[in-house]
Amino acid sequence: MLAFIARRMGVMLATMLALTFAVFTLVNLEPNLRKLALEQNNNRMTSEAVDSWLEAKGYRRPLVVRYGEWLGNTLTGELGHSTRFRKPVVDILPERLGYTGILAFWVMATMVPGALIIGVLAGMREGSKTDRSLSVLSIATTATPEYVSGIIFTVIFASWLGLLKGVATAGDISFVNFTLPVMTMSLYGMGYIARMTRASMAEVMTSQYIRTARLKGLSFGAIVVKHALRNALIAPFTVIMLQFPWLLTGVVIVEKLFNYKGFGWLLVEAADNNDIDLLLACSIVSVAVVIVTQLISDIGYAYLNPRIRVR
Amino acid sequence: MEPLGFFEIWAGVIGRFWPVWLGLAIIMGGSAIFKRRLGLYGRLYDSNVGMIGLGLVLFWVLTAIFPDVIATFDPIEQFAAIKRKPPGTIETSTGVAAYFGGDNLGRDLFSRMVHGAQFVLTVAPAATLVAYMVGISLGLPAGYFGQRMDAVLTFIANLVLAFPVILLFYLLVTPGVRETAIPNVMSGVFFAFPIIFFGVLFYSRYYARPRLLAIQMAVTVILGAWLYAGLVFDADPLRIVSLEPNELNIFAAVVFASSPGVFRIVRGLAMDIKTRDYVAAAQTRGESAWYIMLWEILPNARGPLIVDACLRIGYTTILLGTLGFFGLGLAPESPDWGSMINQTRGFIRIAPTIVLPQTIALAMLVLGLNLLADGLREQSLKD
Repeated sequence: MLAFIARRMGVMLATMLALTFAVFTLVNLEPNLRKLALEQNNNRMTSEAVDSWLEAKGYRRPLVVRYGEWLGNTLTGELGHSTRFRKPVVDILPERLGYTGILAFWVMATMVPGALIIGVLAGMREGSKTDRSLSVLSIATTATPEYVSGIIFTVIFASWLGLLKGVATAGDISFVNFTLPVMTMSLYGMGYIARMTRASMAEVMTSQYIRTARLKGLSFGAIVVKHALRNALIAPFTVIMLQFPWLLTGVVIVEKLFNYKGFGWLLVEAADNNDIDLLLACSIVSVAVVIVTQLISDIGYAYLNPRIRVR
Repeated sequence: MEPLGFFEIWAGVIGRFWPVWLGLAIIMGGSAIFKRRLGLYGRLYDSNVGMIGLGLVLFWVLTAIFPDVIATFDPIEQFAAIKRKPPGTIETSTGVAAYFGGDNLGRDLFSRMVHGAQFVLTVAPAATLVAYMVGISLGLPAGYFGQRMDAVLTFIANLVLAFPVILLFYLLVTPGVRETAIPNVMSGVFFAFPIIFFGVLFYSRYYARPRLLAIQMAVTVILGAWLYAGLVFDADPLRIVSLEPNELNIFAAVVFASSPGVFRIVRGLAMDIKTRDYVAAAQTRGESAWYIMLWEILPNARGPLIVDACLRIGYTTILLGTLGFFGLGLAPESPDWGSMINQTRGFIRIAPTIVLPQTIALAMLVLGLNLLADGLREQSLKD
């Protein structure tokens, strides 16, 4: 098991290096650097002045050297200076991440149980009326991206019914202004997890040991809860962990839609304003989240599933 | 003039869609009669889910074919009289009703929605097709040969898949990137795959019949070079095929984002199918590796691939909507659904209904594609 984890960690580190280098290259493209130079000097600069400014600031050194320097700084916690907020990045990022953490927590807390219940209900009697209607329902939710469902919900619940608010303020959350973002995000992911759970549940229900349990006279409820459920939930575990990358995209959309000033909002601000240091910091956080969750899902799957013997 | 009421609006809208209803009646009615002879497509008519999905998709496909007949206004012309007006307002200078109201620049939303179908239904299937060529050309050898090649390609695919899509777009679809050669290089690589794919496809089977092969190769190279010149270098001598720099940028980014997914599924299918007896038989006959991959494995993987293609076109539609929603890459006047959603969502308070048509249109199309995929999967499993 240890060797397996070590190998996975090695792949993870390689992925991390490759991805951060790609991000670093794309953020430091020549047009972006020139734009930065002009922004920092009130837009009055000749082409030669831009070149000499970039030279003086060290932007003209080879990309690999600058990447190495940036990597060293990042590892020691020095993330640079945000030009958009005129503050060190370290002062901005944790606060925004915290707000998004709250959002993500509530999304997970509503999405996962909901999806598992729907999936188990649909999968325990494959082909029944319940199964069919729940399957169509989960297809419908996966077919509705956040910017569609979010707007439809806002129109229904905020404009027509007036029950909820269409704008969520970070740091001051309540049921009225936080329900719509959470609902929008959890619904999109719910269908997918539910379908995976359903498939896994349906497969387990056809297996030999379920037939044995039924033949020895157990009630249907007991079979589902005691025998099927545990084995059926291994596959959805991986899917749930792999929802985090998607959650990141969802967070960016939902935070823009509801003007919730969290991490996603920060990423959009950084990208729109050519804020190089901040964008790099945001990118490394998102890439790290994705890769770490992948690692957890791999290890967790091997750990949970006794049929996989890790060498 | 009095604005139209609820029922008048819907009567008008349903009337405007007459070419679509006619087309739907002909296609679906005709297919339903001959469904026994139409194979998998015909069997779709036995499943309610598949039929509803097919209907929804066909609705938008037909809309995309006849936008000028259906639309009441020009999609980018601006009229002061319908600026930010609720559905049913009459445009005074022409006397025509804006069925779904107007946006913040006074453009008719109904006409924009209708024209938006054309953008989505050309870019999404085209990008998916190119992504499939890339994914198949790399996934088949990775799954068939395995070992070192598989390890390297899988690592690269996982790299792209580990990128959060939104970050990828924010880095790759920007005016800054368009000033560099990156979009051209990327699309140059991606568009080379279809040419290589068809070249190898024909060569591996017909190499012993030089005359037939010569014709096939000539058609592949000429068609390929023509499209390649038009799309990648914007240098089509006949001026028929051309892409704006921003469209090329979007296209390259979308293909880049979706080909690793195709690669993964093709690789998995190839690994599964290569253990079958007919592959062993072909190997014993001494067929070349590419013949086995393209003429033995690929046709037998078509079922799951068709289902996945439907889902992937839907997913690409969502991606294009996301790009529009963030205002990335698309021209401000372009009547695509994502941009329309972004431009109208600020007026939810003034007129909640003006943001609905384009959101529901997008959801309808993606839902249709998903239901179609589900119907196809269900019917193909019945064998």
